[in-house]
Amino acid sequence: MNRDNDKGKVLINRSLIVGIGKFVLLMCIILRLYYLQVFQADKYKTLADENRISTRLLVPPRGLIYDRNGVVIATNRQNFQALIVAEQTPSLQKTLDAFKKIMPLSEAEEQRIRKDLKSNKSFVPIKIKENLTWEEVSKIQLNASDLPGVIIDEGLSRYYPYGEKMAHVLGYVAAVSEKDVKDDPLLEVPGFKIGKSGIEKLFEKKLRGKGGNLKSEVNAYGRVMKEIEKKEGIPGERVDLTIDVRLQEKAYDLFTEKEHSGAAILLDVQTGEILAFVSAPSFDPNVFSKGISTKEWKELLANEKNPLSNKAISGQYSPGSTFKIITALAALEAGVIKPDTHFFCAAKMVLGTHAFHCWKRIGHGSLNVVEALKHSCDIFFYETSLRLGIEKMAEMARRFGLGSKINIGLENERAGLIPDKAWKLKRFGEPWQQGESLISGIGQGYILTTPLQLATMIARVANGGYQVTPTFTKLDPNEKNHIKKIPVNQRYLDMVKEGLYEVVNVPGATAYRSHFDYHGIKMAGKTGSTQVRRITMKERQTRILKQDELPWRLRDHGVFVGYAPADNPKYAVAVLVEHGGGGSTAAAPIASQILLEAIKLDPDLHDGAVNQSFTPYSMRQNIIPAE
Amino acid sequence: MYKFYETTIKTQSMSLTEKFFNLNFMYILLISMMAATGVTMLYSAANGSWSPWALNHLVRFAFGMGIMIALAMVDIRFFMRYAYIFYFVSLILLIVVEVEGHIGMGAQRWINLGIIKIQPSELMKIALVLALARYFHTSSLQTIESIRGIIPPALMTLFPAFLVMIQPDLGTALMLLFTAGMIFFIVGVQIWKFVVVLLAGACAMPIAWHFLHGYQKNRILTFLDPERDPLGAGYHIIQSKIALGSGGVFGKGFLKGTQSHLNFLPEKHTDFIFTMLSEEFGMVGAVFVVFVNLLIIAYTYSFAMKSNSYFGKLVAIGLACNYFLYIFINISMVLGMLPVVGIPLPLISYGGTVMLSVMSSFGIILCVYINRNINLGKD
Repeated sequence: MNRDNDKGKVLINRSLIVGIGKFVLLMCIILRLYYLQVFQADKYKTLADENRISTRLLVPPRGLIYDRNGVVIATNRQNFQALIVAEQTPSLQKTLDAFKKIMPLSEAEEQRIRKDLKSNKSFVPIKIKENLTWEEVSKIQLNASDLPGVIIDEGLSRYYPYGEKMAHVLGYVAAVSEKDVKDDPLLEVPGFKIGKSGIEKLFEKKLRGKGGNLKSEVNAYGRVMKEIEKKEGIPGERVDLTIDVRLQEKAYDLFTEKEHSGAAILLDVQTGEILAFVSAPSFDPNVFSKGISTKEWKELLANEKNPLSNKAISGQYSPGSTFKIITALAALEAGVIKPDTHFFCAAKMVLGTHAFHCWKRIGHGSLNVVEALKHSCDIFFYETSLRLGIEKMAEMARRFGLGSKINIGLENERAGLIPDKAWKLKRFGEPWQQGESLISGIGQGYILTTPLQLATMIARVANGGYQVTPTFTKLDPNEKNHIKKIPVNQRYLDMVKEGLYEVVNVPGATAYRSHFDYHGIKMAGKTGSTQVRRITMKERQTRILKQDELPWRLRDHGVFVGYAPADNPKYAVAVLVEHGGGGSTAAAPIASQILLEAIKLDPDLHDGAVNQSFTPYSMRQNIIPAE
Repeated sequence: MYKFYETTIKTQSMSLTEKFFNLNFMYILLISMMAATGVTMLYSAANGSWSPWALNHLVRFAFGMGIMIALAMVDIRFFMRYAYIFYFVSLILLIVVEVEGHIGMGAQRWINLGIIKIQPSELMKIALVLALARYFHTSSLQTIESIRGIIPPALMTLFPAFLVMIQPDLGTALMLLFTAGMIFFIVGVQIWKFVVVLLAGACAMPIAWHFLHGYQKNRILTFLDPERDPLGAGYHIIQSKIALGSGGVFGKGFLKGTQSHLNFLPEKHTDFIFTMLSEEFGMVGAVFVVFVNLLIIAYTYSFAMKSNSYFGKLVAIGLACNYFLYIFINISMVLGMLPVVGIPLPLISYGGTVMLSVMSSFGIILCVYINRNINLGKD
């Protein structure tokens, strides 16, 4: 029994030890609870919130773009798409079949839908088709009973009401690519589009706005349970351009009517504001914001008239005879010719072993600078250039905006080329030849200009030598009052302008066919054509082929720079028609019509402005010019 | 004046009424509090609905309560007499399950009796305690302290533990081993023997590791480093800790646990119910549960101390050890202190077998309490 008592004592002692052990272990649990729930509570609260709260970016509507009169030229249009939610339809196949009866789906589309359905949870809406028309939407809604799980979702997509007419100004928007700098979380949103070229790219930051936030509670499978917080974004700002859609349309139509390829720029000579900016042919930017097909893209690339290239700033052309304006001004300033200096044009001039020809095969006879401009006599300007030299000519050209970028803000702007002796030595390692000065003096040779530079040049001539710079945005009054004056003698400038007036308004002059007289308002300007091919000696001896006998690619480029009203210039225009066959035949008529349209639309320029200032705009459009 | 509830002083057998009024009602209240907590959490786990869990749980608890009281009414000498038979029946059932499992498909843990599914491993937890208690009750301290005397109870433990292990149910096997180990310690097996066994066990670890199933290895590795596989095996522990920690001191409120209601927390109605409770009721709720369970164990200890018989003492403490292991392993597991082994939180987690097994334990403990004055001979 003694041993039994011991046995009982051992049991009690050992039980107490085990009991204390249990107590200690349970206290460990409480310490652990304290550690997790008090000490580390904040960390885990954050983690729990990260688990349950999903934040979605809300895309703000893109800012609209307006022309100078407040007409919308880039807007957002409702874009309908059909989605399917797998879990809401009893039979996916049946629903898709029913959908196909309303709207055909291509094999590729069906495959994509199936793939998306497989890789997503059943409550995630999958896109069936986007860019639905109103008609298609109503069809789907009518058949809703056959289409369980199909929902219509509306988003916004960019729309350009003027399509291809504005494409080279506005550019387009497209999906973010890997190359784009991702400085804004919005760019990570699937389907988000940004400006890829033109004004859309230039003002991207302003147009984009700020994204909003939608915080919602999601469960472990990602299903949204409820909305927690919604913070609306800030819509993109509006952008107002100096473009006038009426003039833009007119200018673009003038090119497409004759299937011309080229560019035209219309400027306000006092401010440099761009009223029309055309590069033709063009492309439809709406196709880009929808998503362009490979076929359409290849067609655009293959077109020999290069619709994707912005010829107004990327095309570099010899200015041809329009450059004679610069030559004349430089020569007058240098004193190598006087206002009454006459040269005799015998259609041909020989320098060393080389013969230089005038465009007019019978020659012009004796003429002074004004007459030389009027008839665009080459020999006069050869003689002048011979005495002037390239350096002074180039210097004058640069004053008027040639040879360097305008920096208009659009991509692929080219600088053109104004050669001088240093350039030639550097480029070819050869000294400048006198003969090269001669052909430079008539705008041939190395000289290259963009249509925008030509527009700048003629605007600076027209406004009396003010250094206006083309711009798409309106100048504020302060900027307007601080436009620098180019150092140029006013008398010489007036003399050149007299020549430009005669070019258009004197019968027999190069652009007389394009003249107009609208309530006494006339235009002035200068034609130019640049040879794309070389005229051989043999051809000169027999007969020079007429322009329309040549294939398109070998015809001359036609150039015209001009302004109106001739006596008190307000608008300047530069027109370039690629392979148009000559400035007077192709470019001048277009320039003339653009200027005439600008004048007709300008209420300040009409005779009897007092009466018309009260005429509603719609009626003013009907005023017929006196022929 | 005669008071029927004072008749317990008598050494003679009592009437059923007497026995009933001798139940410890404080003890039953503590048990009911835990079961009520279970119902509450299961109601929340179903997003505020009685189905599918809360009502069932309540019904099972009521059924378990019936079994508990019935077992409490049994004469303790009955348990003593049939302890070995009960043990052998449980052992045979374990073997049956094992054989069926081999014939059928993979892991099998229960025997289907039509109305109710019996998990023999749960029966064994009680049967082993009873059998060991009977063995040590009849052995002298000398026998207990001798090597020869310790071999039969060791075999009685290892054989069923092995069967459960290969089911495979590592958690229950370990519980059997730990419970038996505690009993061995309590009855006075020398400490150096434990040291030897532990050392031998440590040496055998690499070999045992080899025999573990892939998922078992994974669980242990995941326990050691939950970030190892945050979306796979580690996911449960990471989400459990997030739920617990984010509950803070006072919790997110009843039915407002985001981790549990948004399904980030796995198994929230079974093994991880303590996490859900801690998320919704915070540290206050968690400490309450730990504290009530501590009281239940303390009460059991006091019952054991009051019992006149060695068998009774050992049965009560052995079952208390078993209950403690449930609580400790489950909570430590959801707190990331132990590997995930699939041990539920008794009375709170949803599950019929554990409810029945635990309520039966409480019935036997209460039986020890009611029969505390009965002396048992060494027959």
